[in-house]
Amino acid sequence: MKKSHILAIVVIAAAIGIIISTAGDASTYVNFSQAYEMAATGNNSSIHVVGHLKKDPTGQVVGLNKAPDNLSFSFVLVDDNNKEQNVFYNEPMPPDFTRSENVVVIGGYQGDNFVANKILLKCPSKYQEEGVTAGI
Amino acid sequence: MIHYFIGNLGHFFVIVSFVTSLVAAFAYWKARTITDVSTKQAWINNARIAFYAHTFAVIGVFVALFYIIYNHYFEYHYAYSHSSRHLPAHYMVSCFWEGQEGSFLLWIFWQALIGIVIIHTEKEWEAPVMVIFALVQAFLASMILGIVIPFADIRIGSSPFILLRDALDDPIFKIQPNFIPADGSGLNPLLQNYWMVIHPPTLFLGFALTLVPFAFCIAGLWEKKYSEWIKPALPWTLLGGAILGLGILMGGYWAYETLNFGGYWNWDPVENAVYVPWLILIASIHTMIVYKNNQTALKTSIILVISVFILILYSTFLTRSGILGDSSVHSFTDLGLSGQLLIYLLFFTVAAIVLAAVRWKEIPSSEKEASVYSREFWIFLGVTTLCLMGFQVIIPTSIPVYNSIVGLFGGTSNLAPPADQIAFYSKFQLWFGVAVAFLSGTGQFFWYKRIDKTKLKKELLTPVLISLIVFALIIAIAGVNEPSYMVLTLAGVYIIISNLKVLRSIIKVNPSLSGGALSHIGIGLSLIGIMFSSGYSNVVSLNNTGMLISTELSTEFNRDNLLLFINEPRTMAGYDIEFLGERIEAKNKWGYIKKNDIILTPDPYTVVAKRDIIYKDKKLYAEKDTFEIYPENTYYEIELRKGDKVEAVLFPRVQINEAMGGFVASPDISRGAVRDLYTHVSAPMNREAEVEWSELEEVTVKIGEQFFVNDYIAVLEEVNRLDEIQGVTLRTEDVAVQAKISVIGERETYYADPIFLIKDKTQVGRISSEINDLGVKITLLNIHPETNEFSLGLNARQKDWVIIKAMEKPFINLLWLGTGILMVGFTIAAVRRFKTR
Repeated sequence: MKKSHILAIVVIAAAIGIIISTAGDASTYVNFSQAYEMAATGNNSSIHVVGHLKKDPTGQVVGLNKAPDNLSFSFVLVDDNNKEQNVFYNEPMPPDFTRSENVVVIGGYQGDNFVANKILLKCPSKYQEEGVTAGI
Repeated sequence: MIHYFIGNLGHFFVIVSFVTSLVAAFAYWKARTITDVSTKQAWINNARIAFYAHTFAVIGVFVALFYIIYNHYFEYHYAYSHSSRHLPAHYMVSCFWEGQEGSFLLWIFWQALIGIVIIHTEKEWEAPVMVIFALVQAFLASMILGIVIPFADIRIGSSPFILLRDALDDPIFKIQPNFIPADGSGLNPLLQNYWMVIHPPTLFLGFALTLVPFAFCIAGLWEKKYSEWIKPALPWTLLGGAILGLGILMGGYWAYETLNFGGYWNWDPVENAVYVPWLILIASIHTMIVYKNNQTALKTSIILVISVFILILYSTFLTRSGILGDSSVHSFTDLGLSGQLLIYLLFFTVAAIVLAAVRWKEIPSSEKEASVYSREFWIFLGVTTLCLMGFQVIIPTSIPVYNSIVGLFGGTSNLAPPADQIAFYSKFQLWFGVAVAFLSGTGQFFWYKRIDKTKLKKELLTPVLISLIVFALIIAIAGVNEPSYMVLTLAGVYIIISNLKVLRSIIKVNPSLSGGALSHIGIGLSLIGIMFSSGYSNVVSLNNTGMLISTELSTEFNRDNLLLFINEPRTMAGYDIEFLGERIEAKNKWGYIKKNDIILTPDPYTVVAKRDIIYKDKKLYAEKDTFEIYPENTYYEIELRKGDKVEAVLFPRVQINEAMGGFVASPDISRGAVRDLYTHVSAPMNREAEVEWSELEEVTVKIGEQFFVNDYIAVLEEVNRLDEIQGVTLRTEDVAVQAKISVIGERETYYADPIFLIKDKTQVGRISSEINDLGVKITLLNIHPETNEFSLGLNARQKDWVIIKAMEKPFINLLWLGTGILMVGFTIAAVRRFKTR
């Protein structure tokens, strides 16, 4: 067997290994009900939930609760099945949070509360900006 | 009044740049196909004129857009959404590339300049190479074209010259079509940093440079000059490696200085998207050099060079199409260009693959097997490792793409990227780094000499022994105990030592050949720097008071953060640490100004000096001077002492930006040879919250009499009659007096100046005076002319505080030093190859 063949086999093996491990370590996007079930069945892996902030008819975010020192906050996230869930986040509120169109929370249920370890924001594209806000 | 002209001019230049790039592509194409010399020259001349016109138009777009931003024409959406009146001029440059359009423009600009250089230096290759260049320019220019195709209702590109009223659907424009906002919404505070002024231009220059080897490679395939393209392409590729690497590094450095996640690399998809092409670029440099020396690896070089450019396009697609929206912290906002970006990506991918496939059989290749004792063999292993390294990163980064593809075929895929990205990528990349270091450390010995088994042993013996000794010393002194980190350290030491040996022998012969050895030494230093600074980064702000900061917070937060009350020292990591108060910065003078020393005015950007303002023995402003500040930024002065010696004074920053909604903390770093001390505010005091004052305590004193307020000694110094209050002149029947009270704090004497006022003979008004640092409020309650006494009301509150987190980053300077050496190595190599072209 030529050395190049051995190398090729090793490379293919490594590539397959990488793909399998990626699949193994990949998290999943789920909704809150699925996340709750996972936690209830003892699966504590971190998952992603995509949702949007709960807003009243005038477009104000509701259910936002900042800790007195601004050190942590909780908010109501509505998932794609329209299930509302209070989410706790042990960090100060990120800038742009209330303007975000979509929020992705990464974390899991602890009891009946969803605790996020990380939050990703998708801010509105500029053609959907809600209006002139600054400098009027 | 809306300034239509400049926007129309800019848009005109955009269209001109698009059209001229197409003209240039066509003319160069004609020039390539025609064999008649004079007609060919005529086409080349036409093409050059078109390309020059294109470059001119691109510069025109640049100038027009900058003019709009610089003059605050907020009727334009670009100026409105990326700038504001109070933005310092040097950050207006950053506004430019905060938006997608500006960054496309930057990319076009660099490529236009490189194109001009190619026109003047590569006569033989000009026509085919410039066809590719002009086509790429046309694709990029189309991204900012901003025209709507009639009837089909398809918008091509997003113009930076769009008016605000066309971009936003705000009811105000129905009432007042000519409405212009008074101010813009401002630049993201995180981008207000000098690294953000230079990082994007460097990165995009790196992007632009990857086009050169690609264009030469395609031109080579096209012209059937299968190997000749390598020689002119190689120096550009080396330069690209240096600049792209530098751009990535600057991004990391910006993150380290500005963001508070405590590091320089986060394995975010946006970072990965440029890291992978860089790795493959490095791999392609190696195979191109192998080809130049040994006429092997030509096909591999072609594949790699094409891959680099396609990966750059792919990364552009990932970061700009919005596909990463649910998985990245900082991708661009979606401009609705995903279709266009996809066409751009697919066009060049398909064209390059088809061309390579058609010509594949004709490409010369050598059938001989590389010997284990040949440099090709070792380089090949290294290149394979680099490719796998890139592959490992791009596979998980592309997860959102798989979901979209599955979605396209009607399925649903709910795969998400790994939840803990840093741990996931690090565990693989560490071992790839080890492999790269061992391979290139060994491979270097084959680099300059043909070597057999016995000679290899002799050559390797010394460096291996020295490496082991140095390794043992590092492990013992620095206390590295994690097995994987130990292996990484050994690999890093080995690559440094072996390349030092090579460097020593070549520097005597020909210093211009030292680029390779230097680059490899840089890699070794970086690996060790990364290992220490990330692997052994530790929190030093451990809460050692035995008390929780707040029961509402996580145990982790309570453990790793330190609550500092003003002027109350704590101990941390062998230091006495003390919070000395909140500072602001003036717009026109450098220095930190105490918040106590200024009086606010109705305009948040203007303040008045309460007393002479002195910073580091330099008088910045005299009492009663009016000056401008940046109200968004507050700096927290934190002093670190060892015994009585001040070791460092840190000013971590907090930006409060209401438009952006929230606070942004940036660290301050005390740099040291062996470690950086990295401190950021994890929670500032909330000034908007209701302050809880203690019950009013009343004292009656004479002038010069001492009293206590919140346990501080205070003296009523004097009481003066006022003729005006805050610029309002009083009438003759009104009476106003102002007391001056000195309060001796821990570090300085503060002054309070409450006012007592009788208006219209009956109405009594009192203006209290607050000393922020001491948490004291003093009110002049009453005047007793009969006894020459004054009644003062005293309130106290909790003292000012700040919660900080501090981390030690050991040997992080090795990383910066290593990457610096890496860039120098690349540059030396590039210069040599440019000279011998």
